[in-house]
Amino acid sequence: MSTTDTSEELLAYDEATERYDPVLGLEVHVELSTATKMFCGCPTVFGAEPNTQVCPTCLGLPGSLPVVNAVAVESAIRIGLALNCSIASWCRFARKNYFYPDMPKDYQVSQYDEPIATDGWIDVPATMDGQAHTVRVPIERAHLEEDTGKSLHVGGVTGRIHGAAYSLVDYNRAGIPLVEIVTRPIEGAGRWAPEFARAYVATLRDLVAGLGVSDVRMEQGSLRADVNLSLRPYGQQALGIRSETKNVNSLRSVERAVRYEVRRQAARLERGQRVVQETRHFHEDTGVTTPGRSKEQAEDYRYFPEPDLVPLAPDPAWVERLRAGLPEPPATRRARLAAAWGISTLEMDAVVHAGAVDLVEQTVAAGATPVAARRWWLGELARRANESGVGLAELGITPGQVARVVALVESASLPDSLARQVVAGVLDGEGEPEQVVVARGLSVVSDAVELTRVVDEALAQAPDVVAKIRAGKVAAAGAIVGAVMKSTAGRADAARVRELVLQRCAGAS
Amino acid sequence: MDAGVHELTRWSAARLGHALAAREVSAAEVTTAHLERIAAVDDRVHAFLCVDAEGALAAAETVDAARARGDQLPLLAGVPVAVKDVLAQTGLPTTCGSRILRGWVPPYDATVVRRLRAAGMVLLGKTNMDEFAMGSSTEHSAYGPTHNPWDLDRIPGGSGGGSAAAVASWSAPLAIGTDTGGSIRQPAAVTGTVGVKPTYGAVSRYGLVALASSLDQAGPCARTVADAALLHAVIAGHDRLDSTSIDAPVPDVVAAARRGAEADLRGVRVGLVRELDGDGYAPGVRTRFTEAVEVLAGLGAEVVEVSCPHFPYALAAYYLILPSEASSNLARFDGMRFGLRDGDDGTHSAEEVMARSRAAGFGPEAKRRIMLGTYALSTGYYDAYYGQAQKVRTLVAADFAAAFAQVDVVVSPTTPTTAFRLGEKVDDPMAMYLSDIATIPANLAGIAAMSLPAGRAEEDGLPVGVQLMAPAMADDRLYRVGAALEAALVARWGHLLIEEAPAL
Ligand SMILES: [Zn+2]
Repeated sequence: MSTTDTSEELLAYDEATERYDPVLGLEVHVELSTATKMFCGCPTVFGAEPNTQVCPTCLGLPGSLPVVNAVAVESAIRIGLALNCSIASWCRFARKNYFYPDMPKDYQVSQYDEPIATDGWIDVPATMDGQAHTVRVPIERAHLEEDTGKSLHVGGVTGRIHGAAYSLVDYNRAGIPLVEIVTRPIEGAGRWAPEFARAYVATLRDLVAGLGVSDVRMEQGSLRADVNLSLRPYGQQALGIRSETKNVNSLRSVERAVRYEVRRQAARLERGQRVVQETRHFHEDTGVTTPGRSKEQAEDYRYFPEPDLVPLAPDPAWVERLRAGLPEPPATRRARLAAAWGISTLEMDAVVHAGAVDLVEQTVAAGATPVAARRWWLGELARRANESGVGLAELGITPGQVARVVALVESASLPDSLARQVVAGVLDGEGEPEQVVVARGLSVVSDAVELTRVVDEALAQAPDVVAKIRAGKVAAAGAIVGAVMKSTAGRADAARVRELVLQRCAGAS
Repeated sequence: MDAGVHELTRWSAARLGHALAAREVSAAEVTTAHLERIAAVDDRVHAFLCVDAEGALAAAETVDAARARGDQLPLLAGVPVAVKDVLAQTGLPTTCGSRILRGWVPPYDATVVRRLRAAGMVLLGKTNMDEFAMGSSTEHSAYGPTHNPWDLDRIPGGSGGGSAAAVASWSAPLAIGTDTGGSIRQPAAVTGTVGVKPTYGAVSRYGLVALASSLDQAGPCARTVADAALLHAVIAGHDRLDSTSIDAPVPDVVAAARRGAEADLRGVRVGLVRELDGDGYAPGVRTRFTEAVEVLAGLGAEVVEVSCPHFPYALAAYYLILPSEASSNLARFDGMRFGLRDGDDGTHSAEEVMARSRAAGFGPEAKRRIMLGTYALSTGYYDAYYGQAQKVRTLVAADFAAAFAQVDVVVSPTTPTTAFRLGEKVDDPMAMYLSDIATIPANLAGIAAMSLPAGRAEEDGLPVGVQLMAPAMADDRLYRVGAALEAALVARWGHLLIEEAPAL
């Protein structure tokens, strides 16, 4: 068996999940958005020039020592509390020893058998078989550790170290605080395992975002998922041998990686082959996982308590203060908002999925109806955000402005058709909605005399249509309405125009 | 005629400090005198890996200029000091006695170095040591051994043989050492000087290249107890850059040494550790130690025997804990970011370059301990080795706690023998390890300990050291009892023991 073989046989997904029960395990690394690194005072700004945010400590220079970042500890405890974990009253850091050029000390300061948070759970909303479910995922632990540097392998075809002409290492990321959140085995998702894995990561992302302790941007690597998957025959208690797919960097990839592994492992089992316990890499472009290091000739990390640091012993009173200060859990909040807005769980999921919960809530708070607020954020604004490749919140329109557009429409001073132009104006930086209406001349022609004049003008231009209307073909009025709308650049109320057209035709007979 | 001896090199640090403060001598004169002494004798002693004449003179001139302006400076401003080459100091290479760090110039100062500079002290250079502080003879330095000023064919102790020999050869009045299992005290004992391992956490480890993080501690090397106290006071104190540094007031060691010099130990209880005595100690060592205890009793101290039943396991535990931590601490020397790089010719992978650099850069003792530690931490062995050793460590600390419930200080010989000959034990690691049998327990327990001269052994005429040990953060007790013992012995001898060392 060659470990470089990347073209593995796959079983059809439906067939695979008919025969085997997938068991998931997820390890999510959350990069904390602390101002400074885990063990030194270096800044943590993303995207800085390589090796400009470094010091003797995060470069692992001889003689340097770590000092724990108290904010990182606080963030880890808050994550632990939000995940309903027990917080250790006393725990230590440990060294995880292995040699790699992007790890300055050739050991990573992490936590091993004494994590800061243990034994929690998170409720994950998931749609399976068209039904909305909430599944409680058991959390084994959440622990603090430092990130490694980043290697750039130059000159190879794959971008991996193998075959590269040379490698560059950027230590800006080395020492950035991470919280690793590890689930216990997640059983029972069945054929919905890929979707469920995605839902878990999305739920965790929202929870962490709600705490304000991380940017949770998967595309920037501030949230990274390792996906463990094993298969077993239905009815079997014992878990199968798992693969660990590393650094899956989008929600969609989480789903795809699980789906691929289910198919790959099922094909092996069908052929009577063993699943190898190994680390695998997911390839965004092909949707395929390939083997990394085999865990069966596993590296021995020789963990031992980090002697350069004193144990963490968070004051229980402090932990209770942090608990009291936690925001409302996302699941509770979602249920509350869905009820308040009168929408179903599935409809709420759509709002969550669009990342629009806060925005819709604020738009409603600013006076819009929930229906209108949702329609704008999930419709026109989502489309615009998608076009320009930014998040809804970065689009350039505030919930207050959206609420005012809604109000203009509902007070009938702005036709729906023009509201989109107002929004476009706001997005183009033309000012507040009211200013855009004036500047672009988008207000409704509401002056009856003016409107009558325009209608009469249109009628005079189309005597044949007038004749048809007078002959009783009322539907022909549409042509005149169209002409009026055109000549007013859409600034007229179409229903009112139609009324006027019929009135003027009748009156002139 | 003793080479390059200027009278100023014979002065104590305390006397130099007062004379400098009174502007009776200039820092430049004092520094020049020591640089001349180094130039005259260090080709034979090899206490220094690097002498920074230019930097030292510049620092001296700064002090002289400040004093000329009338600035009030700390007592040791202008007094020279040598620093063990395991502490990061900007402007000079820090090699740790290893090939793998040849030429590496740190971009930052260790906290100890920063404090020395802040006190206006003149940094003469970096002293020789066993590679990464692994050894008891300085023979494991990649840059050649240091020679004992009492007998150039003998070892000056280790790992801080360079610092002790610098002080013993009158090349520096003071030096900084580091002590992981005896590396300040054992060299002090075999060179007839004073060495103190402060309480673990009393002196910042920031910038001290780690051998075993939970054991390493920097401390003073001097020719008198009072001088050691002055240097101790400069370097000790809380440092937020070292998480294991103790945030508590430093005991007033200078006052304690002054009080001790009154040579009155009435009310002081001294414990003789039953387990640190017996056949393993050379006759001359035992004789001088017994005399020293009698002197303590003569000064009014109450001497009782205490038992520390777990001390016989301390050496074994130490040789599991130290290599375990060292195997991890020394991992960063991989040729990737600094130091020696071997095999970077485009034909080797990063992993191969790491392996080759380490193979080429580390000496045999470093490799031996890295392998021992890697093994002890491995899955399946961790509990039996590292785990058991930690239990012994706890028991040793408990032994000390029980002893200190009865007595104020405990005493023992510092080393089993006087200085052995160069080459005598270098190929016998176990024999070498036994040199530290009496000093290791203090490191395991994190308490304070001192070695000071007890006289010379009859059989070889070489210096013998007596060790005092005190509870954590009671370092002042060492200085009180040590200064009293020193005063009584000096009164008996008519001079410091080091004055008896042959001319170089
Ligand atoms: Zn840093």
